[in-house]
Amino acid sequence: MTSDGVRIGVYICHCGGNISNVVNVEEVRNFAGNLPGVVLAKDHEHMCSETAQKMVLEDIKKYHLNRIVIAACSPKFHEATFKKLIEEAGLNPYFLEMANIREQCSWVHSDNPEGATLKAKDQVAAAVAKARLNQALQVKEIEIGKRVLVIGGGIAGIQAALDLADSGCKVYLVERQPTIGGRMAQLSYTFPTDDCSLCILSPKMAAVYNHPNITLLTYSEVERVEGHVGNFKVTIKVKPRYVDMTKCVACGKCAEKCPTKVPDEFNYGLRMRKAIYVPHEMAVPYKYLIDEAHCLYLTKGVCRLCEKVCPQNAINFEDKPKTINVTVDVIIVATGYDPFDATLLEQYGYGKYANVIIAPQLERLVMPTGPTAGKVIRLSDGKIAKRIAFIQCIGSRDETIGRPNCSRICCMYAIKQAMILKRQDITRDVYIFYIDIRAFGKGFEEYYMRAQEMGIQFIRGKVAEIIEDPITKNLIVRAEDTLTGRMIEMEFDLVVLSVGLVPSKGTEELAKILKITTGPGGFFLEAHPKYRPVDTLREGIFICGCAQGPKDICDTVAQASAAAGRALRLISQRRIIVEPIKAFVKEELCDGCGKCIDKCPLGAITIENSTAKINEALCGGCGSCIPYCPKNAIDLKHYTEEQIIDEIKAILASKKEGEIRVLAFFDDSCTYRAADLAGTSRINYTDKVRIIRIPSSSRLTPKIILSAFKFGADAIFIGDCLPGGSPYHPKVLDAINDLMRKTRAKLRRCRIDARRLRFDTIAVDTAERLAKNLNDLVKMVERLGPLKPEERAKIKI
Amino acid sequence: MFKGLAQKVYELTGENVYLCFQCGICSGTCPLVSIMDVPPNQVVRMIQLNMEDVLDSNTLWICASCYNCTVRCPRGIDTARVINALRNIKMRKGLYVVNLRKVPEVGEMPQIALVAASRKLMG
Repeated sequence: MTSDGVRIGVYICHCGGNISNVVNVEEVRNFAGNLPGVVLAKDHEHMCSETAQKMVLEDIKKYHLNRIVIAACSPKFHEATFKKLIEEAGLNPYFLEMANIREQCSWVHSDNPEGATLKAKDQVAAAVAKARLNQALQVKEIEIGKRVLVIGGGIAGIQAALDLADSGCKVYLVERQPTIGGRMAQLSYTFPTDDCSLCILSPKMAAVYNHPNITLLTYSEVERVEGHVGNFKVTIKVKPRYVDMTKCVACGKCAEKCPTKVPDEFNYGLRMRKAIYVPHEMAVPYKYLIDEAHCLYLTKGVCRLCEKVCPQNAINFEDKPKTINVTVDVIIVATGYDPFDATLLEQYGYGKYANVIIAPQLERLVMPTGPTAGKVIRLSDGKIAKRIAFIQCIGSRDETIGRPNCSRICCMYAIKQAMILKRQDITRDVYIFYIDIRAFGKGFEEYYMRAQEMGIQFIRGKVAEIIEDPITKNLIVRAEDTLTGRMIEMEFDLVVLSVGLVPSKGTEELAKILKITTGPGGFFLEAHPKYRPVDTLREGIFICGCAQGPKDICDTVAQASAAAGRALRLISQRRIIVEPIKAFVKEELCDGCGKCIDKCPLGAITIENSTAKINEALCGGCGSCIPYCPKNAIDLKHYTEEQIIDEIKAILASKKEGEIRVLAFFDDSCTYRAADLAGTSRINYTDKVRIIRIPSSSRLTPKIILSAFKFGADAIFIGDCLPGGSPYHPKVLDAINDLMRKTRAKLRRCRIDARRLRFDTIAVDTAERLAKNLNDLVKMVERLGPLKPEERAKIKI
Repeated sequence: MFKGLAQKVYELTGENVYLCFQCGICSGTCPLVSIMDVPPNQVVRMIQLNMEDVLDSNTLWICASCYNCTVRCPRGIDTARVINALRNIKMRKGLYVVNLRKVPEVGEMPQIALVAASRKLMG
């Protein structure tokens, strides 16, 4: 019986000899029985067996146990089993602790039974110490309904919206432009099948418009998103169209009379439109709207001609922006891309030389319905272009402008456009200046071969510069043919820049609104590059299409359907379980300085009444806010600072004068698994190491690390995931590095060699490297010698 | 369909040099490439780019028409035949024509050498 009412039952598993052949189980059991708070200590041949489980259930009832410690295999195998078991007995599942004495003892110290037994005792002591302070935590359940917000009405958003709506979800599709269709609607034909883009897109646009489960909100933007999965409160701003959509029949009389001409965005300025307009002939919804930035009445207060001629009385100059509030359960982000701004590369003269155009403009020029009725002309004199050059990798694969990535579609669209040009007139000279041709998709290489067969010239070399002949406006292109090593200087009528893809305007702002992250190049960052390619680190928010990174239509559609599928996975669960291991604020210590706010990669912290507040629905439980708090006012549930320090004291208690101990903190996702792998691979390593399991190393504090030195550690090893391997945000690694810097500075002030603190990133499969790291660290400590008692006494925490 | 040398080669052989994507296996497999001034892959490249000086390279005359390059070309170009076409083009300009009757040792030459020499030198 203990004074604080904690009654611990400890069970040691033999694992059918796997443990007991090396570790002296009886000794460990006797040791555990004498630990404070322990009411009962037993051992069993197989703790995971039904008889053993029945035994635990009966013991809990008979001895009124309220904490259970099981020393057996890695918690990765049976933690869930035992959690369920004690829950059956009426205990909170977070009252369970496990000591890993198979993968971390018997399997890695098989040559040293004594050392293995001592280590097993220490690990059990630590588990008991931690269990004493374990608090009951409630797993939260969140109801998930079938309401979905899709942001972006390009092909990605359309595909995701249709998939979800067909599955019975209620979809709100928000599009910033007055029509859906996005960039795909502006394309001519699509590689590698050469379908006409709008021919395959417009049926889908119509399906969205007519779908009973889709609410289409065009000319609208998401302004604010609050809440969490299952309960996102979304504020959408609908911009005024000044034309009543219910009345407009798109007769076009207004546009005939409108006196104001504006460059047409849909045609990249190659044609003029009126201030009252429909974006294009296949727009959905096919309704006119007034461009308020250019309308004479709205800018200068005169005109109103459209109002006079409209037979439907649809013009409404009193129209105001509207705000719509919706609540949704999941969000899909499909905001697409913008073409790279080629004016940034002056050597190619885009915007300066009339006959240098960007590839999206050529898409419009080759369209029979386009601004030139399909004729590819020189913009300087309107003559048909006979000699045409494409320059690849404009705004891609270029470190100097901060865009090192490949845009993945430019090779193929240039090949497509070159073939269209050749098909229009086989005598045309068409050159493609490239660095590498990347024709990696299904049917792409065959497509490339067809282009070569047509006699399109491929020159391997990036164009250095373009010079315009001031009289003829012809363009002289200088490049090296790197295959022959000779310089090429050729004259062309038209130069097409194959511009890369950049995130669409407003991506950064939307990332802030949604509290999701952007990665290299500014595209939205996926939760894992391979296994979670359409998830974000915020539960319930998914990304797809070019918003995630440059990709072609096939991949975009595949990813959009994937995002819809991942959303449906949540939706069909009806409720999801939220792990209760979250950061919390000790309000009495917090002075509201707000240093933690930026440090939370998920934006879960706010300041209310000059105290930090953590939104549990947003908190990912990484703990990277904790080391930044100058008041030590933030802590992590189930892995509190107090608990970890108690574990440290217990695990180092057996240390005798002159012995060496290395304390290791292993993150649960990578390093702990690597250590398990060392166990299953029977890689023996030093028995001087003692291991404490933590969710992420960013949860540690200088206080914890200094305490470890004070209570007997001679060196400390901290292992965490490589970027990309962690379930947490990549910024966690920055927090760990900051923590290391800060702690090393403190160590130096205490006159402790900072080499005694080592941090390394460990991948799950690098057990050998982990073992070597630990062995090396012990060797170093043997050279330096254990810390002397007087040195430890000087450590001020 | 094509222009310049590429068209001439196409007319003589039916081979489309634009199919070449410059993998370089023809040069890699050629037993005589070490003494050629322009390796076979560059010969094809120069035809694509209509560089007439390819006709002055020694490659045309060193090529033994072993057909290794033809057998291994992943794009199915008969490279040896293309080089043969270049020899024809060069010889039709009236240069390098040999009258076999005036070659003194012709009776003692091995048959295979005679055939190869005729191919090369008589077009």
